[in-house]
Amino acid sequence: MSDSAVITKIKKKFGNAIIDSHSFCGDDTIIVKKESLKEICTFLKNERDLDFDYLLDVCGVDYLPKEPRFEVVYHLHSINKRQRIRVKAPVADGEKVDSVTSLWATADWVERETYDMYGIEFEGHPDLKRIYMDDDWVGYPLRKDYPERGYKDEYQPFGEEE
Amino acid sequence: MSSKAYDITEAKTTFGGAKEMILNFGPQHPSTHGVLRVILTLSGEKIVNAECVVGYLHRGVEKIAESRNYHSFIPYTDRLDYMAGMSNNLAYVMAVEKLAQIEVPERAQYLRTICAELSRIAGHIVCVGAAALDIGALTVLLYGFRDREMILDLFEMLCGSRMTVNYMRIGGVSYDATDAFLQKCLEFIDYFPQGLDEYEQLLTENRIWLKRTVDVGVISGQDAIDLGLGGPSLRASGVNRDLRRDEPYLVYDKLDFKVPLRENGDVFDRYIIRIWEMRESLKIIRQCLDKMPGGPFRTENSRFCLPPREKVKTDMESMINHFKQVMHGIEPPKGEVYFGLESPKGELGCYIISDGTGKPYRLKLRSPSFVNLESLNTMCKGGFIADVVAVIGSLDPVMGETDK
Repeated sequence: MSDSAVITKIKKKFGNAIIDSHSFCGDDTIIVKKESLKEICTFLKNERDLDFDYLLDVCGVDYLPKEPRFEVVYHLHSINKRQRIRVKAPVADGEKVDSVTSLWATADWVERETYDMYGIEFEGHPDLKRIYMDDDWVGYPLRKDYPERGYKDEYQPFGEEE
Repeated sequence: MSSKAYDITEAKTTFGGAKEMILNFGPQHPSTHGVLRVILTLSGEKIVNAECVVGYLHRGVEKIAESRNYHSFIPYTDRLDYMAGMSNNLAYVMAVEKLAQIEVPERAQYLRTICAELSRIAGHIVCVGAAALDIGALTVLLYGFRDREMILDLFEMLCGSRMTVNYMRIGGVSYDATDAFLQKCLEFIDYFPQGLDEYEQLLTENRIWLKRTVDVGVISGQDAIDLGLGGPSLRASGVNRDLRRDEPYLVYDKLDFKVPLRENGDVFDRYIIRIWEMRESLKIIRQCLDKMPGGPFRTENSRFCLPPREKVKTDMESMINHFKQVMHGIEPPKGEVYFGLESPKGELGCYIISDGTGKPYRLKLRSPSFVNLESLNTMCKGGFIADVVAVIGSLDPVMGETDK
């Protein structure tokens, strides 16, 4: 299958940093190396005929037991060009990812959410702390090895034993 | 949640220095629309910083989704934005349909459009009414709830429940619309412009309302895009983005409607945009009622869609299909999709990663209320403390959706 115009353009510019790309169900997706993530995002935002000015979402995915374990997923939208792209970057457990808060202010909360749920840290984030769970919460709830019912403690008698 | 509790001694010491004071606003406060907490840093009556603390209603629906099959996650979506349950249902089932490439019959598409627009009206009524209530105009809320009751009655006629509707199904809807429903729906859209006129008489040219809303909580178009603001709040800042028109889904491309736009990005604009949108929604519903074709209300794709109830009891094959789908779940192909639609609050997106089994591997909801609240600080900074409630009201956050 041939690539869409957006993917072709990115591939031409960052050939080595792109691990893979696909357009499953019409959603253009590029999988990039985490080191060049920020650079590629800057390009996506500032290049005139891409113009991805609207960050929809940042989220994590846990692929336990695969290595690298995590993936950070960015959904971008261009209001003027009416196009979308999904950027994914594989991240190993304990590795840090560059924050994109300087490009899109939206990233502040959604990166905090990703950190809260998966423990993925973002370098350069102005105030990286938990957003949904309490400050003293132990563990990262959306990881695949975290039990659905939570761990047993004095407030949660039905949780699983650690 | 994650913000340390500011105790009173800290506030006193800073206040003693006569510079700044920290005020804890919420989570138990009538005008934070649920359990939103805002930590305000004040200098006199002016706001220096407004930090939102969310998460008091976090239930972990994304975690729950990973252990449910695709059909049984639908009721959970009702409880996200409980003011507009239909839109939530729709975003989720349409994402699954995109993943499994299911064609939806035309009648179902029209029914879905009608429901989505009715729930948009219901959501906007609560927003306008509650915002007015917070600033001290109680009557609009009473009038609004009188009219919203009619919409909830319509939903009850359609599917038996009023707010947690659980009406959408993968591949269609759960029940067909009866003639009585279509008749009542028509009566409602004939009546409702009067109701809207009443709200407008109370607010639009009311001097007190104008003083409280015009040039309050202003956000520029550029800032709004940068902060990911969505829906009516974004359009109030002059950014022309509406997914119903830009990336038409359902039957919106066959309908004629306008997307209201304002320039100033203040509380008043966010209010008036909602009023205008309700008028447009009425137009959309009327066209849908006119054009609605007959035919099935759910597709007969036995791999992904539940067979009709009567057939399960009388037909062997349908019963087997039903059993398989309920016990093992539907098994969409491997892959990932994102689908976003225009909910009353902004772009409501659903991102599903499927590993080919009966349960989603990962389900992420992009909730507009959550992202919209990020702009609260920008809107409130430099304003007065009394305006915080006006700004929160105009952003229309629903905490069920914010906290997921």
